[in-house]
Amino acid sequence: MARLIMFAVLAVIILASAVFCVSTKRIMRAATALLFVLFGVAGLYFLLDYTFLGAAQISIYAGGITMMYIFAIQLVSKRTLQGLSERWLGKRTFLAAFIALVGFGTVILVLLKNEVLRHTVVNGDSLSNEVTMETIGRNLMTADKYGYVLPFEFISVFLLACIIGGLVILNNKKKEESK
Amino acid sequence: MFDYAFLILLLPFLSAVVLGLFGMKMPRKVAGIIGTCMLGTLFVLSLYTAYHYFFYTGEYTAMGETFNVTDGRLANGTYPTVTVFNITWLKFTELLTFNIGFRLSPISVMMLIVITTVSLMVHIYSFGYMAERDENYKFEEYEHGFQRFYAYLSLFTMSMLGLVVATNIFQMYLFWELVGVCSYLLIGFYYPKHTAVHASKKAFIVTRFADLFFLIGILFFSFYVGTFNYDLSVNPGLVETLSGLAKNPHLTWVLPTALFLMFIGGAGKSAMFPLHIWLPDAMEGPTPVSALIHAATMVVAGVFQVASLLPIYVQFGAQEQLHWIAWIAAFTAFYAAAVACAQRDIKRGLAFSTISQIAYMLVALGVCFYEKEHGSFYSAEYLHHGGLGYMAAMFHLFTHAMFKALLFLCSGAIIVIIGSNFKEYMGGLHKYMPITNICFLIGCLAIAGIPPFAGFFSKDEIISACNALPGVEGQALKWIMTLVAGMTAFYMFRLYYVIFWGESYYEQDPENRRRPQEVPFVMWGPLVFLAIISITAGWIPFGHFVSANGLSYDIHIDWSIATTSIFAALIGFALATWMYAGKKQPVADALQRTFPRLHKAALNRFYIDNAWQFFTHKIVFRCFSIPIAWFDRHVIDGTFNFMAWGTQEAGESIRSWQSGDVRQYAVWFITGTVALTLVLLCLI
Amino acid sequence: MIPVGYFFVLSGLLFFIGVFGFVTRRNLVAMLISVELVLNSVDINFAAFNRLLFPDGYEGMFFTLFSIGVSAAESAVALAIIINVYRHFHSDQVNSIENMKL
Repeated sequence: MARLIMFAVLAVIILASAVFCVSTKRIMRAATALLFVLFGVAGLYFLLDYTFLGAAQISIYAGGITMMYIFAIQLVSKRTLQGLSERWLGKRTFLAAFIALVGFGTVILVLLKNEVLRHTVVNGDSLSNEVTMETIGRNLMTADKYGYVLPFEFISVFLLACIIGGLVILNNKKKEESK
Repeated sequence: MFDYAFLILLLPFLSAVVLGLFGMKMPRKVAGIIGTCMLGTLFVLSLYTAYHYFFYTGEYTAMGETFNVTDGRLANGTYPTVTVFNITWLKFTELLTFNIGFRLSPISVMMLIVITTVSLMVHIYSFGYMAERDENYKFEEYEHGFQRFYAYLSLFTMSMLGLVVATNIFQMYLFWELVGVCSYLLIGFYYPKHTAVHASKKAFIVTRFADLFFLIGILFFSFYVGTFNYDLSVNPGLVETLSGLAKNPHLTWVLPTALFLMFIGGAGKSAMFPLHIWLPDAMEGPTPVSALIHAATMVVAGVFQVASLLPIYVQFGAQEQLHWIAWIAAFTAFYAAAVACAQRDIKRGLAFSTISQIAYMLVALGVCFYEKEHGSFYSAEYLHHGGLGYMAAMFHLFTHAMFKALLFLCSGAIIVIIGSNFKEYMGGLHKYMPITNICFLIGCLAIAGIPPFAGFFSKDEIISACNALPGVEGQALKWIMTLVAGMTAFYMFRLYYVIFWGESYYEQDPENRRRPQEVPFVMWGPLVFLAIISITAGWIPFGHFVSANGLSYDIHIDWSIATTSIFAALIGFALATWMYAGKKQPVADALQRTFPRLHKAALNRFYIDNAWQFFTHKIVFRCFSIPIAWFDRHVIDGTFNFMAWGTQEAGESIRSWQSGDVRQYAVWFITGTVALTLVLLCLI
Repeated sequence: MIPVGYFFVLSGLLFFIGVFGFVTRRNLVAMLISVELVLNSVDINFAAFNRLLFPDGYEGMFFTLFSIGVSAAESAVALAIIINVYRHFHSDQVNSIENMKL
């Protein structure tokens, strides 16, 4: 029961922050709202006893990515941050709302059609078996059936490529200027 | 022995290529000299070939075939048909191949002489004619396009030679079209002149229209006979095939139809009624061209074609068609002679005279016949009745080429001096142009058939040939031809008098008008040369060289017929003298006033051109061309326009989707995803 | 206790809020933020399905982990591009880079 209440609280935080995030006219506030959404999602992971995942969410998302956003926002001019979204009650807003509602309706339809999703209720005990760090480490570093060494290595190379790519993209302008 | 013969085609071709491609880079005179030298060589080669062909004694081989000849004749008394080379160009079936070759037969050798002689004279003459002159007729510079002119002349000579030495009918057709193209190019030589452009188009379209029938005829022939060959003496298998075809009751129509269709092509080229309309207009071309192409060589291609096919006509059941040809030609001869009597333009007058004279040749061919009961086609007796016309036609072709070229070149000389084609600006020129006067007179006497000039002999043979045709038909044709002979004398002397006698245009106002004078040597030289041939050509024992079956035939004058025709010619001559010799022409003017309609009709060529105009504009254009054009514009163009319009409109409407607006793309993407999910949900 | 459906509905809502934001926003950074919302909603599903339906496996969890890594990389590159675009056009409005299609 406590978990359900926690879930409800987290869900409210997430949804409220998300709605605020997409509706505010100030980009910095949007970024801040995103931070709360990310915290909320991290909370959900804790609720599911995925502590490592929750920690990763907070450190990478909340700590890393959001910071990056804030830096980026600071780098681009303040003047252009005005008029962030379409006029309220504009044509595009209605379109977006319509699509979002129809899409959500489809999702609900999927839920209603799916017996498994609808009726599965898991008892609390099975939720409290935390995934140990040892398991995570082994899984990430083995190449067995449930081993993820290949994607792990891929991700590391990918991140390296992104770092280099980002630097190259940002450097482009300087080269042009120096010419 | 005739191994060099390929040069006869190659030399003019090379000269045409060189002059055509590099002519503009060289001085005008050099281009002319190249062309003329080439033609001089060709002339010598032709004479040499003719000499060897007709007078050689001994043995020679060509294409692996051995000919043992005495004075050019084989043991059976005929001249051999020598195929010098024959290359397969296209192979349709095992039997039906398209060859390009070189074949010497008596008529093709004769044509070689005619073509190269006239062409050489024209080449030399053009140095004088195609030149810009100042007020005092002093030479300034050769005309613009002089090199082009010589290139065309060379090309024409090549094509015409290729036509006469053709080994098969398809090669003949190929070169036939080539001479048509050359004629088109040369008629339109002065292309800034509208009339020249129209005339060239008219000539091309009319002859091309006729050639369509020629092609259909060839297709008929080759489909049923299985070959393009037509020479019976060289292709022994052909005789069997043709007689089989003529005997087959279901296919008797094939040969007459094919041959007559081919004749329609010949009628187009040889300007037979009603396809003659292009020839008078073709006089828009330079006069040397008229002399070469539209008097001496190209226009007799039809005669040459019928003559080449004559053995097939008479032996394989197409005699009736041959007589049709005779009647068409007889009518044309009369019609053209009548029109020629009223022309103001001297070149057009000569053009109608040409039509009339070519018709003479075709009448001569048309009265040929062959009856098995009277002995073999290859007997000497045949030449005295049924085969006489063949010899007469070829003889007339030969003499006519000479004296008509002479007359045209004379008229060219007059046009150079006067600067106009119309008789009103001439008159009294005998004082100023004595040499031209004499040459023209010789030409007139020759064409009128006054002995001992060339035309007398050949024309007499033609009338004899008509006489030889049994029955009323032959007699009728004979009298028509005699009448036309008289008309010929009349209109030629009319022309002669109004040009050289009568009231001088210059003397009416000597202060302001240019004084005529004699043309330079480069022009009167060829005139004199041709005049000499015109005088002497009649004495050539022509029947000895060319006859229907190759045997020797001694021409003898049938004085009962000759007297009539001389009489007719003298009447025509006397009438012309009476009407036109004086300074004033009261009789002619009175006649013109008495029969204004007739005169006007004759002047307008009896409205045949208008009839064609009506036919093409009102019937062909309105009933066929306009609906086709409508269909083309609306249905075919419409389809494509619609496709283009549809594509453009579709593009235009899709264009806005490709906006570059990422958010719009996202909208579409999500819409698509949701739609797909819904579809999947419905399916589950 | 907590039905899977709840997580499902929550993630669905978050997803379409993100879509809504992506479509309505004109600012490139704001659009990127909306994309982060969408990614997170998916992550929630991965984790919840793994935990509640197949508690013995770890696939969902690792997927989420990698997804976090990928999204970090993606945002880094995207932001680099945005900053470059901003330098070039002196605007970070999405309309301003419509010219890129040329």
